Amino acid sequence: MSKYLVNLKINNMPIAVEEGTTILDAAKKLNFRIPTLCHHPDLTVAGNCRVCVVEVKGAKLLAAACATPVSEGMEVFTNSEKVRIARKHIVELLLSEHNSDCTKCYKNGNCELQELASEYRIGDHVFLDLVRPESKIQDISSPSIVKDDSKCIRCQRCVRTCTELQGVSALAVVHKGDQQKISTFLNKPLNEVVCTNCGQCINRCPTGALTERNYIEEVWNAIYDPSKFVVVQTAPATRIALGEDLGIPVGERVTGKMVAALKKLGFNKVLDTDFTADLTIMEEGTELLTRLKRALVDKDETVVLPMMTSCSPGWIKFQEHIFPELLDNLSTCKSPQQMFGAVAKTYYADKINIKAQDMVVVSIMPCTAKKFECERPEMRDSGYQDVDYVLTTRELSMMIRQAGIDFCKLEEDHYDSILGESSGAAVIFGATGGVMEAALRTAYEIVTGREVPFTNLNIQPVRGMEGIKDASIKIKNVKPEWSFLEGVDLNVAIAHGLANARQLMEKVKSGEANYHFIEIMGCPGGCLGGGGQPIPTSPEIRKKRAEAIYEEDAGMPIRKSHENPEIVEIYKQFLGEPLSHKSHDLLHTHYKPRHRY
Amino acid sequence: MLTTETLVKELVEKNGRTRNSLMPVLQGIVREQNYLSDEAMICVAKELDLSAADVYGTASFYSFLDTIPRGKNIIRICKTITCHMQGKDDIVNALSNALKIKIGETTHDKKFTLLTTNCLGWCHKGPVMLVNDEVYPELTPQKALEIIEEYAKKTVI
Ligand code: SF4
Ligand code: SF4
Ligand code: SF4
Ligand code: FES
Repeated sequence: MSKYLVNLKINNMPIAVEEGTTILDAAKKLNFRIPTLCHHPDLTVAGNCRVCVVEVKGAKLLAAACATPVSEGMEVFTNSEKVRIARKHIVELLLSEHNSDCTKCYKNGNCELQELASEYRIGDHVFLDLVRPESKIQDISSPSIVKDDSKCIRCQRCVRTCTELQGVSALAVVHKGDQQKISTFLNKPLNEVVCTNCGQCINRCPTGALTERNYIEEVWNAIYDPSKFVVVQTAPATRIALGEDLGIPVGERVTGKMVAALKKLGFNKVLDTDFTADLTIMEEGTELLTRLKRALVDKDETVVLPMMTSCSPGWIKFQEHIFPELLDNLSTCKSPQQMFGAVAKTYYADKINIKAQDMVVVSIMPCTAKKFECERPEMRDSGYQDVDYVLTTRELSMMIRQAGIDFCKLEEDHYDSILGESSGAAVIFGATGGVMEAALRTAYEIVTGREVPFTNLNIQPVRGMEGIKDASIKIKNVKPEWSFLEGVDLNVAIAHGLANARQLMEKVKSGEANYHFIEIMGCPGGCLGGGGQPIPTSPEIRKKRAEAIYEEDAGMPIRKSHENPEIVEIYKQFLGEPLSHKSHDLLHTHYKPRHRY
Repeated sequence: MLTTETLVKELVEKNGRTRNSLMPVLQGIVREQNYLSDEAMICVAKELDLSAADVYGTASFYSFLDTIPRGKNIIRICKTITCHMQGKDDIVNALSNALKIKIGETTHDKKFTLLTTNCLGWCHKGPVMLVNDEVYPELTPQKALEIIEEYAKKTVI
C-alpha cells in the first residue's frame, strides 16, 4: 500500500514527503541539517535532548524535529531567532551538567557534543556548573569499556542500544531528576554485571561517557622496547573500515595501506588474523562434520546440535550469561584472534627462532570484547598470555596519526610471511553470514569433492543484513566416506546483533528450530559493525563496509580456506590434522556459565 | 512469612507475566517486605524476563519503592515550601529527638524510618506527614509525637 504524501514547507521551501516522516528527515531531504544528540539512525526515537527543536507556525511550543511527524500544510522554521536562542540555551544547559574538560578527554576531536558546542560558539558559563564531583570517578573495572558519568548527557542512546540491538539491558536509567544517571543493577561495576563488552554502546555514545579502554601507550612501550619482538595481527573487518578514521571515504578498502602503516609504526612483523580465520574454518568445519557423523551414524545421544560458531567473544559472554544451558552447542574452536596468539607463540616463534617470552602479540580488532577475551584465563595455551594487547580499529588510527603518517599517501604493502597468507573465505569473516559461507565452501568440498553449487562461490542466501537468516543446502553425490550425508538437507541459520541471537536461541531452546549449524556474530552487521570500528555507524555505513568485504573476497586469488598454502603447511609441519591432539591443546577451549542477573 | 521467591511468584501469578506487571509486583513486595531487597529484584527480573538493571532502574525512580531496608513504619514529612513555612522543621526535630534518628535513618528496633517527601497535596492543612499510607494534617510537635506513640504501641517486631 502506498503511503499518502504530505505537503509542507520548511524554511519557506515546499516539499511533499510520505506520511509519518519526521520533520528531521523531511528537512534532510531539502539539505537543511538540524542538529541532534539523542537521535540515532539505529535506534528508536527518544526525544529527550531537545537540541533538534524547530519552530512550527501556529504552535505555541517549539517541536523536537526528531520526534514530530510532518502534517499537511505545516510550516517549519529550522533557524528562526526563537530556535537559535532555544538551541543555544539547550546546549549551554547540557554543558552546565557536563565535565567539559575537552583537552583531556578521550573523545576530543570526535565528539558530537563538542562539535555542537563549537558550532554555537558556546563561550563562558551562562549557567551554574552542576557537575557532581562523585560523577568524575570513572568505572575502569572492565578490560574493554570505560564509563565516565561526568561526561554523560543522559541521551540514553547506550540504554537503547543495549536493549534494542543487543537484548542485554546491562545499562538502565536509574534514579531521577538531578540524580538521574545511566547505571547498572545496584550500580555495580561493569565487570560484575551481564555486560558482554560488545562496545555497541560506545559506538553510539555522542560524548566521552563511554569509550574503549585503550592500550595505546602499552603498545608503544612494547614497540620501543628493544628486547621485545612485537608481531601484529589484523582482523578481517579492520581493512575495510580503518580508512574512515583517516580521511578515506566509507567503503574503501585500505588493506595495503594498513599494512604499510603498521610497518612504519615499527612492528617487527605484520601478520594477518585472516590466516587463523582460515585455520578456524578447518577446525570448525571438521568439528561440524564430526558432530554430524556422531549424530547420524553412531547415533551418539551425547552429541549436541545445532553447533554454533564461537568466534565472537561478545556473543560467547552473552551465551555464558543468558543461555548457559546451551554452552555445549558452541564450537570448541577459539576465535581466530586467539588461535593466532597460540600459534604465534609456539609454531611461529620456533620458526623464526624467537623465544615466546620475548614475543609480544598485538591484535588490531574491530571489537572491544576481544580485549576481554585475550585476558581470559583459558587463553594461555602457549604457556604465556597468547595475545598481549588488543587495539581497536579506532586506536590504530590514533597511533597512525600520532606517528605523523600521511595515511592517504601511503604505498600499498604486503603482509609478512608466514602467518600472512589468507583466502577470500577468511576476509568474509568480517560480515554477518561470512563464517557460514566460508565453512560451507570448505565443508561441502570435503564431503562431495566439488565446489559449492553457487555462481563464483558466492553463497548469496547467507548474505545480507536481515537480522535472522536461514538456508537449507542439499548435499548430493557425496564421496563414499561421507555416504551418511547423501541427500541430507543441511539446515543453517545466521543471526547478528545479540537481540536477534536471543530470538534465535529461544527457538533453539524450545525445540522449534531444527538447524545443524548456526552462525552468530555479536554486533549488528557482524564484525564490520563491531564496537571498535570507526564512529559513526549506521545501516548505510555498514552496508558499504559489507560491500567492501565481498569485493575483497572476490579479488583474492584463493577463495577457500583449505586451499591456503600456509594452512596446508601448518598441518603438515605442526598440527597434523584438524582436531588433532595438538589442535585441541592450542586451538580449542571451553566455556563457563555466568550469572544471568 | 512467605519467602521472597514465593511472594514474587504469587504476585506475578496474580498480575500477569508481562512487563506491565512490573509496577504492581514491585508495590506488592514493598507492601509485604517494606523494601525491595536485591534478592527480590532478581526474582522479579527472572519471573518477568527482564534484566536486573531494568528492574532496578524502575525501582530507583520511585520514592515509594525503597531499595534499602526500612522500618515497619515509614514516616514521611512534607518538605515542600508551604509545609516548611508552617513549621515542618519543628515536627522533624520533635520526631528526630524522640526516635533518636536523623532524616533517612531507621530506629534500632526497626519500628520507624524517618524520611521527608515532596508535596503531598495538603498545603492548606500543613504541616503534614504521612505514616505508611495514612495522612496526618495540621500537625504540631505534640500531635506528631502522640501519633507516633500510637504506632509504637501497636507495632510488634
Ligand atoms: S565528551 Fe566531548 S564535550 Fe565533553 S569533554 Fe569530552 S570532548 Fe569535550
Ligand atoms: S553514556 Fe553516552 S549514550 Fe549513554 S546516556 Fe550518556 S551520553 Fe548518552
Ligand atoms: S558493551 Fe554491549 S552489553 Fe555492555 S553495556 Fe554496552 S551495549 Fe550493553
Ligand atoms: S535529537 Fe531530537 S530530542 Fe534529541
